[in-house]
Parts: sequence; structure tokens; C-alpha cells
Amino acid sequence: MSVIPDGRLADLSNEEISRYSRHLLLPEIGVEGQRRIRAAKVLIVGAGGLGAPLALYLAAAGVGVIGVADGDFVEASNLQRQIIHSSKDIDRPKVASARDKIRALNPDVNVAAIGVSLTSANAMEIIKDYDIVADGTDNYQTRYLINDACALLGVPNVYGSIFQFEGQSSVFYAKEGPCYRCLYPSPPPPGLVPSCAEGGVMGVLPGIVGTIQAAEVIKLIVGGNDSLIGRLLLFDAWKMKFRELKIEKDANCPLCGEHPTIFAPIDYERFCGLKKTADEKPVETITALELKARLDNGEKIQLIDIREPHERAIVKFPDAKTIPLGQMSRRAGELNPDIDAVFLCKIGQRSVFAIRALEEAGYAGRMLNLRDGVNAWARDVDKNLPQY
Amino acid sequence: MAITILIPTALRAFTDRRGEVQAEGKTVGEAVASFAKAYPDIRRHLYEEDGTLRSFINVYVGEMNVKNLDGVDTRLKDGDTVTLVPAIAGGRV
Repeated sequence: MSVIPDGRLADLSNEEISRYSRHLLLPEIGVEGQRRIRAAKVLIVGAGGLGAPLALYLAAAGVGVIGVADGDFVEASNLQRQIIHSSKDIDRPKVASARDKIRALNPDVNVAAIGVSLTSANAMEIIKDYDIVADGTDNYQTRYLINDACALLGVPNVYGSIFQFEGQSSVFYAKEGPCYRCLYPSPPPPGLVPSCAEGGVMGVLPGIVGTIQAAEVIKLIVGGNDSLIGRLLLFDAWKMKFRELKIEKDANCPLCGEHPTIFAPIDYERFCGLKKTADEKPVETITALELKARLDNGEKIQLIDIREPHERAIVKFPDAKTIPLGQMSRRAGELNPDIDAVFLCKIGQRSVFAIRALEEAGYAGRMLNLRDGVNAWARDVDKNLPQY
Repeated sequence: MAITILIPTALRAFTDRRGEVQAEGKTVGEAVASFAKAYPDIRRHLYEEDGTLRSFINVYVGEMNVKNLDGVDTRLKDGDTVTLVPAIAGGRV
């Protein structure tokens, strides 16, 4: 069943018949399918690694209206994978760059460049104008928001997610199958799983996963069977393996189960644990300049570099003891609790988890987190070092 | 019973980068516990403080989620493969 109602279909022009002939030749798509593609309105949330192939392939396919929502600006480190942006787009809004590329590729596409992040306040209003949403975001708050808003509005959510070499894709369509909450009722506590900014990501991975999403979008529009509804596709680019797992609808799902309790978008910052709770003991921090001053004073400090060996090869931190995060608890005995310990990583996020792991392991010494990590040291102290 | 546990990349920092580890157990709960014992740094990623498995990690035996079988009491047979499937989000924490 196509998600595009028959009433919106119009005839194809001769130019369109030529342009889309390779689709028309497929009996599964054909003239009617292409008319549906032209009538379709698809919202892509996130103009990044996943959004880039999504936008380009959906534009090439002739999707009538493509909305692109993203509040970010293009950075140099995006260009390794976000192929809709170019070097000359650095510092431009991502949606402006994406809009230009879509128009150049296919001027018949009507592009809505939405230069803001989706929030609980605007999501329902934005999504209600679309037939399908493709989730190309990079954070849990927006993923749950998209899931909830789509289920509440009855819109299918074509999901893709990536980390390092591994991707996931599915179609969450609460009318016909499970939603994201049926699979993952709650997100990980912040930072427990490292981000791509810290863990890295193979550049072609979002190209593959985003293209899978684009294929699922086209199938929902045309009315193909065998969509990813109720199936979780796992992809490992390093082993070059696909696996498929079943996702069942959860009768107790608070959103799409038998007794729902969610009827409007909620506070996702709170839901994802990003608001500090009163009983959480704060981690002590030290800035790069403060650390430099203490070292120059000759103070005894244990510097603990929690990065992996391959990461230390990018930028070495002088005179630090190396204990990778994944070995912290079992190597707690190597630290001297009588001397202040300063923990450092790339941007000062994983080092917080090293401190938390040692707290849980019962380490009693004073622990400080190097704020903004080795990148801050490169920015404020030793300007010869690169930031990465 | 010898069980293979498949480790997603997001958790390999805690398994010395191994993508596949061997474990022992008659049930899913026992197999995961024997694995966590061998790699203590992964414990806080797998378990809530009350000892239940964290809800952002799904555990599959074959292509079935153990939530839809008998949970951690799901019986395993020799040679079974257990896959951990955590939520991943991409760029930001």
C-alpha cells in the first residue's frame, strides 16, 4: 500500500517520461509509481552523513517536495562523509548547501530548507506537512522526538543510524508495526556509548545506510511489499556483513502499545538524562591553562591519557600515563590516591566516564577532568598541535 | 555450554577490540554474566544498578529478541550465538 493518496496523482510530461524512463521500465514502479514519487513530500531530518545520500537520491528519483531540517553549519570535518557539501560550503548553513545541490541535480524538486533543529515545540507542526520522514539525525533526543511525532501523526519514520563501521536501519510505522520505543524503550545514559565525534566513523558507512533509507522511502511511496517494517537491518562495513533481526510491537509501549500514555512530544532532554539531577556529584574540572600553570609550578600531578593507542598517534600528550577507558576499573591500582589525577581524552567527555568508573571501583584520590580535552591543550597551550 | 557472543563496535573498547567472545551458560543471563566477568569494564555498560540488563541494549538469540522469548531465562544450546544490539545515534552524545 502506497502512503501517497491517489487523489494527488497527476500525469507525467514527455520530459518526465524521458527523465525517469529507467523507473518506468520497472513494473514495480512504472508510470503510476513515478506519479506517486512526484506527488510525495518527504522530510529529511539532518543534512549530514545520512541526509546527504538521502537528499541526493530522492532528488534524482524526482520526489516532488523534499524538506531538509538542520540547524548546523558545514565544518571541514564533515566533508569526509557528508557528500552533499563541498569545501566551498564551509561555514554555510547545511540546509543552504543541501538546497543548492538538490536544485542543481533536479530543478523540478520543490525544496524546503528548514534551518532549525527539530524540537518538541516545532516538530508536530513541521512533520504534519509530509508523507514520510527520514531520520538522519545524530542524537537520541531527536530520534525519540521524530519517533513520537511520527507515530502521533501516523507518518512512517525511515530510520538509519551509524557508529564507526556499523549501521542500523528500519522503518518505524506504528500503524503497521513497531516503533523505535518498542525496540529501545529508553536511551543510554549520556556518553555511555561514545559519539562518532569521539569514536570515529568510516566515511562511506552513512553513504550505504542513507542509501538504504532512500530505497525504503521510495518503496513506501510506490507501495512496495517487504519494507523494513518490523525488521532491523544491521550492517557491518568492516566485515561486510548484513544481518536481519525481528522487531515485535511492544504491547506495553507507552507510545503505540495497548494503553498509551504519550499523547504529545515530551521533554527529550530530560528523557535522555541530559539535565543534571540534583543528587549527581559533579566532576571537578581543570582548564588547559590551569593545568599548564600547575605543571609549570612543578606540582606533582598524575596525567592519565584514557585514549586508545591509535588515537594517541594522532596527537601525543606529553608525559601522560596511558590507561585506555576500557581498562580503567581493572587498572585502578596503578594510580596513587595521594596525588591529584588529571584525566584527558579528545574533548573531555569520555574522561568523565573514566572518572565515574574509578569512583565506582572505589578509588579515593582526587580526580580532575581536563575540560575540552587534548583539543583544548592544542587550542590554548601548545598551538603547534593539531585539533582533531 | 559454549556460547558465542557477538560484540557491536560500540562496546568493543571494553573487550580489547574483540568482535566475538566465547562465554558459558545454560541461559542468556548466565552467558552474559560469564562474559561480563571476563571483561569487568563492560559491566556498567550492560547492567543497571539493580542488576537487570540495560534497556538500550537488546539481546538476540538467532534473529529473535529475548524480550519476545523468556528474557534472560531464555535457554541456550551448545553453539548458540547471542548478539548484543545497542542503540546507536551517530555524531553527538
